[in-house]
Amino acid sequence: MLKYLLEKEFKQIRRNSFLPRLIIVFPIVIMMVFPWVANLDVKDIKLSIVDNDHSTYSERLVNKIASSEYFYLTNASNTYSEAIESIELSESDIILEIAHSFENSLIKEGYARVMISANSVNGTKGGLGSSYLARIVNDFADEIRSELIPPNNTFPVIDINSQYRYNAYLDYKTFMIPALMTVLLAIISGFLPALNIVGEKEKGTIEQINVTPISKFTFILAKLIPYWTIGFVVLTICFGLATLIYGLSPVGNLGIIYLFAMLFVLTFSGFGLVISNHSSTMRQAMFVMFFFTIIIILMSGIFTPVNSMPQWAQAITIFNPLKYFIQVMRAVYLKGSNIWALSTQLMALLSFAVFFILWAMLSYRKKA
Amino acid sequence: MEVGKAIITDRLTKTFGGFTAVDSISFSVDKGEIFGFLGANGAGKTTAMRMLCGLSKPTSGKGVVAGFDISRQSEKVKRNIGYMSQKFSLYEDLEVWENMRLFAGIYGMGDKEIIEKTDEVLNRLGFYEEKNTLVKDLPLGWKQKLAFSTAIFHEPKIVFLDEPTGGVDPVTRRQFWELIYQAADGGITVFVTTHYMDEAEYCNKVSIMVDGRIEALDTPLRLKQQFNTSTMNGVFQQLAQTASRNE
Repeated sequence: MLKYLLEKEFKQIRRNSFLPRLIIVFPIVIMMVFPWVANLDVKDIKLSIVDNDHSTYSERLVNKIASSEYFYLTNASNTYSEAIESIELSESDIILEIAHSFENSLIKEGYARVMISANSVNGTKGGLGSSYLARIVNDFADEIRSELIPPNNTFPVIDINSQYRYNAYLDYKTFMIPALMTVLLAIISGFLPALNIVGEKEKGTIEQINVTPISKFTFILAKLIPYWTIGFVVLTICFGLATLIYGLSPVGNLGIIYLFAMLFVLTFSGFGLVISNHSSTMRQAMFVMFFFTIIIILMSGIFTPVNSMPQWAQAITIFNPLKYFIQVMRAVYLKGSNIWALSTQLMALLSFAVFFILWAMLSYRKKA
Repeated sequence: MEVGKAIITDRLTKTFGGFTAVDSISFSVDKGEIFGFLGANGAGKTTAMRMLCGLSKPTSGKGVVAGFDISRQSEKVKRNIGYMSQKFSLYEDLEVWENMRLFAGIYGMGDKEIIEKTDEVLNRLGFYEEKNTLVKDLPLGWKQKLAFSTAIFHEPKIVFLDEPTGGVDPVTRRQFWELIYQAADGGITVFVTTHYMDEAEYCNKVSIMVDGRIEALDTPLRLKQQFNTSTMNGVFQQLAQTASRNE
């Protein structure tokens, strides 16, 4: 019996004027565009300098800053208030004010003052910008110190050597690509089923099905399997594109990713079917699905770490299947984690899949 | 259960909130009969039929279809019936043969049987050249004939037809009734609702529903005698005037 239903579902998907294209084009667009735009790297900070000293040293400091990739000099103001004005006009993001006696006190007293003020309307940019700038100033101070103090006069210096593991170049794209794949999979495998059964309700074809002795189990299974297959295709396209465009291939086992992906797709398709069963129009199903998808994405840890959410929000994310799948994707793709390290996620996704499929079966009503 | 009865109902009732759509109807349909289920719009015909098909739960009362209780054994009822809804509900994005194959498969027929029977049915309908046509491209009259053929493809004991000839031309209606007679000759009990009084004349027995109740039930001939008129239309007009529901 299942065979005939599956034939029907696949034929309908194939004949749909829109779905086959969506299944191919959607992953391509997401993978080509979003890694570049969903980017939290802070670069090209517009710097305004108020140099009150105009000395050799202050000139050197300015050159050093301007040569870094993080800053570009947009403005050299004569007074601090002029600089603030440029921030108000959005011409600059951060101000470095060099005190009048910068060179003098540096040489004579061994220390000098500069002031950094950052526009922190965008907290991340303001915070990171001022800490980058402070670091450059500190580097400069070290340079000056080693010039002024003879090398044989040893200072105890702690040299910090940072190693960035798993994403050596701190490329935000590397971090985002595996997570973007999960969002894509969530949208395709969630929305399509959500619109499916309710679509049959609107067309009236569900009536002809409901009057047959078909079992709920068979019916729901016939709806799930096509999306399961679509998920497989979409994910494979994503892997191909990630390797092709970004040279990013999973460090860990591809089989583990597919295993988790299939559980995740079943979960989300099941969820979509539940919504479809409970809705009476496609519009209603669409809005409900939107509502939940947005919450699920924002609380998944894709952009903001779950650990820095408040306790109550973290408690909610326990019930977020996307959170677990993103953890798995990042762990396997970037760190090469094995399945034992992911047993929590495995249990969670397995439970979600079973829960939503059962719910989908129970909520499908053949009788009014 | 009485031998020889395809459908029996006993005070079958359906209410939606405070509205009683079907009000305690009791009747029976003999096996092999063509039973005409008449009534004005909103009289409760479709609701009654949906209960008999296991699509809607009765609020109270009892119904037995093909030997099974419609409240407790609705899935067994479904195994033994065919249904053609008022609104065309085959898959428009599937081809003619694909629709037949799908529903035959759901009713448990095997591949080989389906393939043979599809050709046989299409040939009998004179419809073989449309085998690979998408259903959405068919004219309405053909859609109705296809829906009927699909409803009886698995050879059910009873077929329920909800206004099967709504909106089609007189010639096609005539052809449609020939199909109904063929099915009845093959031993299938036909339960049909209609608005066309000439079609009521074709039925072995006719019931007329007014405001959720069955107000008349007999052969067309005896109904005409009873209401002292020469046509079924006359019978219907007299009864429909007593209706208090509008639409």
